[in-house]
Amino acid sequence: MSILVNKDTKVLVQGLTGKTGTFHTEQALAYYGTQMVGGVNPKKAGETWTSGLDASASLPVYASVAEGKERTGANASVVYVPPPGAAAAIIEAIDAEIPLIVCITEGIPVLDMVRVKARLENSKSRLLGPNCPGVLTPEECKIGIMPGSIFSKGSVGIVSRSGTLTYEAVFQTTNEGLGQTTAVGIGGDPVKGTEIIDILEMFLADDATKSIVMIGEIGGSAEEDAAQFLIDEAKRGRKKPMAGFIAGLTAPPGRTMGHAGAVISGGKGGAEDKIAAMEAAGIRVSKSPARIGRTLAELLKG
Amino acid sequence: MNIHEHQAKELLKSYGAPVAAGVAIFSADEAAAAAKSLPGPLYVVKSQIHAGGRGKGKFKELGPDAKGGVRLAKTIDEVVAFSKEMLGNTLVTKQTGPAGKQVNRLYIEDGADIARELYCSLLVNRDSGRVSFVVSTEGGMDIEAVAEETPDKIISVDIDPTAGVTEADVAKIAAALALDGDAKADAAKLMPILYKAFVDTDMSMLEVNPLIVMTDGHLRVLDAKVSFDNNAAFRHEDLKALRDLSEEDAKEIEASKFDLAYVALDGNIGCMVNGAGLAMSTMDIIKLYGAEPANFLDVGGGATTEKVTAAFKIITADPAVKGILVNIFGGIMRCDVIAEGVIAAVKEVGLEVPLVVRLEGTRVKEGKAILDQSGLNVISADDLDDAAQKIVAAVKSAA
Repeated sequence: MSILVNKDTKVLVQGLTGKTGTFHTEQALAYYGTQMVGGVNPKKAGETWTSGLDASASLPVYASVAEGKERTGANASVVYVPPPGAAAAIIEAIDAEIPLIVCITEGIPVLDMVRVKARLENSKSRLLGPNCPGVLTPEECKIGIMPGSIFSKGSVGIVSRSGTLTYEAVFQTTNEGLGQTTAVGIGGDPVKGTEIIDILEMFLADDATKSIVMIGEIGGSAEEDAAQFLIDEAKRGRKKPMAGFIAGLTAPPGRTMGHAGAVISGGKGGAEDKIAAMEAAGIRVSKSPARIGRTLAELLKG
Repeated sequence: MNIHEHQAKELLKSYGAPVAAGVAIFSADEAAAAAKSLPGPLYVVKSQIHAGGRGKGKFKELGPDAKGGVRLAKTIDEVVAFSKEMLGNTLVTKQTGPAGKQVNRLYIEDGADIARELYCSLLVNRDSGRVSFVVSTEGGMDIEAVAEETPDKIISVDIDPTAGVTEADVAKIAAALALDGDAKADAAKLMPILYKAFVDTDMSMLEVNPLIVMTDGHLRVLDAKVSFDNNAAFRHEDLKALRDLSEEDAKEIEASKFDLAYVALDGNIGCMVNGAGLAMSTMDIIKLYGAEPANFLDVGGGATTEKVTAAFKIITADPAVKGILVNIFGGIMRCDVIAEGVIAAVKEVGLEVPLVVRLEGTRVKEGKAILDQSGLNVISADDLDDAAQKIVAAVKSAA
């Protein structure tokens, strides 16, 4: 089993015809035949997109998400549309009732995401991201920009706020021989579709996921919320072994580190508080980003 | 992007917010004329720097008994004297760090008769995903101290983006600020104005501290601090004129030209990393092995060779840098692009310090091959642990 995506997931690409969309769609098609079923671009509707890696791999381009969904039965979409149009692209997918929308785009104005978030309430869609690396279930489905080569099928569920640290956790759990059920990057922006808690809930419910890696970073209180959630779930008898890591232990307060989400402000969102909260919830937190996989492996050995 | 108080007030005034009359000046010669254009008899001379705590701040060049960065003047002569004393000198406040900031402009403002000082800010509340008013009756002081000591005195009101600021929202805010009479009526106008200004211009923070109730019972924005969302800069060409480059770190300005996220730090190991989380972790692991990072630098997702070259040049231009760690885990970022960028930069600017490169992910083989064939003195690393240990060791042995 896995969460969010599997071999039956059918993916539409919003922004397929751009450079980024093209590159990563080629990669997705080459990854165990992920079912990429079409692209959306009103200006290029009716045209056919062809992979540069494999001339036999081509996808139809539709005028709208609604049309693409109707023609292909797509149940997911991935958004590579540049920031000025990204929020509108997400809203189009919400309106078309796409169950899973994954937004890779980095640099969307935060007030656009405030509007998107309001549209998500009471909708039939779940949004992953924005500014996230996507989601990947090994040997079944790759949505987004994660490098497929570092994955192996296994038993660890991975959830992370940081893109490249997701890769570290995947790479290290692969090297430890554990493999992954699904890896999910929820994105580093302050306003986003899916929180750590949502993914933890899915991993706890997924039988194939035997252990979980949770990677957070400074800013906000998502890790503290997640820790409290885990404490509450453990009381109900739901608990899985977990390792974790928090980025930004050395970040100076008040300076935004790279993206809008990573900032310690008003004395809140510091790494030490997050680590303490996670440890209180029974998560073994690695002090080094290079030892996340090892930390989990040691925990599992007992 | 941050802007000065006087710019923030001008912006809010254009939306109809009540602010005092005032004039920004850049030299003491302008002080008398500026003061004469105001009603008087009280004037406030305010240092314009991008940092808070100005009132309690001290000028480095003046004695410890000298007045702070915000001064009350009772005559025009006093305005002129203060201006001469403050302009060009370095103001050190709680937020500037010990180096302080040079005061290059002053804001001469009409004085106000203050009855009460309140706190009012707008920000994006990441928990609710909405724009939120944060208000408190404890204005005019350090709000973080209020949050620490008396958190119940801070009230947040989330705004529904579809409805905007409703009467019910205003009622909550007015009650939280204990407003009545004219002040309450003013709030009913001011809160939607602040919200509109925030949303229209894509602010990430708007802080009015203090918002005052004057002795005549009306509200006035006495101080204003505004930051804009850099991600929305593409739709606000007009706001770019408000940027004051003298307030920013030269290396950070250079980095922003290439859309690189760069933060200067105090250590000696320069870092070039993709992804904010990995970049922070790279700083963390350098520290874990007993050294200090010289910077945070995230080259971002789709970096080009040019961008990587620019990043490398910014790092090497810092004289404090005694070693460089390049740590790339390619997803959207391709390792071959990084390798080409590093080589192009080294060819252009030379390489006088140890360079450790760790590549992993998309097109890693191609990237490693490019570096191997370049003939450059690059120490390659297998993983992040290895990379951090190698750069720390290389810098220590060179010292």
